Amino acid sequence: MKKIVIVGGGTGGTILANNLARRLSAELRSGEVRVTVLSASDKHMYQPGLLYVAFGRMSSQELYQDQASLLEPGIVFHVDPVKTFNLDNKQVETESGVSHDYDYLVICTGSRPNPESVPGLAEHANHVYTVEAAEKTLTALQQFEGGRVAIVTGVPHKCPMVPLELTFMMHDYFKDRGILDKVEFFYTYPIGRLHSLENVAKWAQTEFDRLGILYETLFNVKQVDGKNKQVHSEEGGVVDYDLLITVPPHNGMPVILENALGGGGWIPTNPNTLQMEGHENVFVLGDTTNIPISKAGSTAHYEAEALGENLAALVKLGTMVRTYDGKVFCFIEAGKDRATYASFDYQHPPQPQPPTQMIHWFKLAYNKLYWNSVRGLL
Amino acid sequence: MSDIKRVDARNSFCPGPLMELIAAMKLAEIGDQLEVLSTDKGSANDIPEWINKVGHEIVECREEDGVYYIHVRKTK
Repeated sequence: MKKIVIVGGGTGGTILANNLARRLSAELRSGEVRVTVLSASDKHMYQPGLLYVAFGRMSSQELYQDQASLLEPGIVFHVDPVKTFNLDNKQVETESGVSHDYDYLVICTGSRPNPESVPGLAEHANHVYTVEAAEKTLTALQQFEGGRVAIVTGVPHKCPMVPLELTFMMHDYFKDRGILDKVEFFYTYPIGRLHSLENVAKWAQTEFDRLGILYETLFNVKQVDGKNKQVHSEEGGVVDYDLLITVPPHNGMPVILENALGGGGWIPTNPNTLQMEGHENVFVLGDTTNIPISKAGSTAHYEAEALGENLAALVKLGTMVRTYDGKVFCFIEAGKDRATYASFDYQHPPQPQPPTQMIHWFKLAYNKLYWNSVRGLL
Repeated sequence: MSDIKRVDARNSFCPGPLMELIAAMKLAEIGDQLEVLSTDKGSANDIPEWINKVGHEIVECREEDGVYYIHVRKTK
């Protein structure tokens, strides 16, 4: 029997498991293959929905479904996260003490926000990367009566469109509340333009100038002085705020660090085969890789599809049949009722189009369709 | 070269070479040397601009066959 163990039940792990269950359905039924998913939770969260929770447009309850309900029949699922990776022995051990042998291991444990890594940031800034934080941000936005809103972004971070989306959505939110004339936006960004993607940055700059949003680039948050309501940057900049919004820096999960699989919790990964460096039977998906690519559900989705095809081929043919080409597709909310998107891969930069209401509605539809997507039906 | 940490950001549009370097710098110790590989010609300007603004050190910047090799040292 070939044993495939998937560590992590997020977007990448779930799509991969379902992809494999379909490609290897006969082998699963005959007992030639076993696909096991080990997760830390019995719930699956639609993380992009957190942005909408912060604006009162989705409830936190809408973000969750039972993980078991999302998996194809035949997949073995345990809520029992891995504690120890014994890669030399092709074995993982869970927190409950159960050992799982494998022929192929996939690590997709994801990332976590780490605002605590910047002095003052966790105490004084609002963000949208946990349910608690998104609901706290909603309260802060509702209670804000005017002043300067500063947006600061840590490195690295999950979902690269969020700094822009938060800014545009706050603009329209305060406009709807009738206090836009009392609000000044000050957007900062770590590199020398308004977004990583050059074409998105050009589009955003035009929009910011049109909307009167102020900005400073080459601004990496060093510390927050809550007493004086100031943010200090590594580059020596100082920005005043009345309301501080952050896209916090992220790390990989502690179990990756505790097992010394990669600095920062990011595992060195081949960008085309998704194999962990030095381990040809270990693969890495999504945020957990150190690949220089967006940490986003879309990335995990496209990677999982490529890896599903390759793992099935390894089982059936003993060889991989394709490479991951760096494909990513990200929606970009440009306010409360307009959106655009960025689609790119390793060789082709995105060419964002002007925002439209239709793309916004498609994004809202995708917020529901995700549950079909993660089942592998879309 | 073995003590130089390589940041291979070739073909990275997002987050891109400079963001990759900033992330790697956060994990580095003072005195560590890093070499960024980039296929984005803008890196030859924007990485040195950031390094100089923060106060780190550019050791070398060269281009070979369309790949930019930007060698830096963390100083603070």
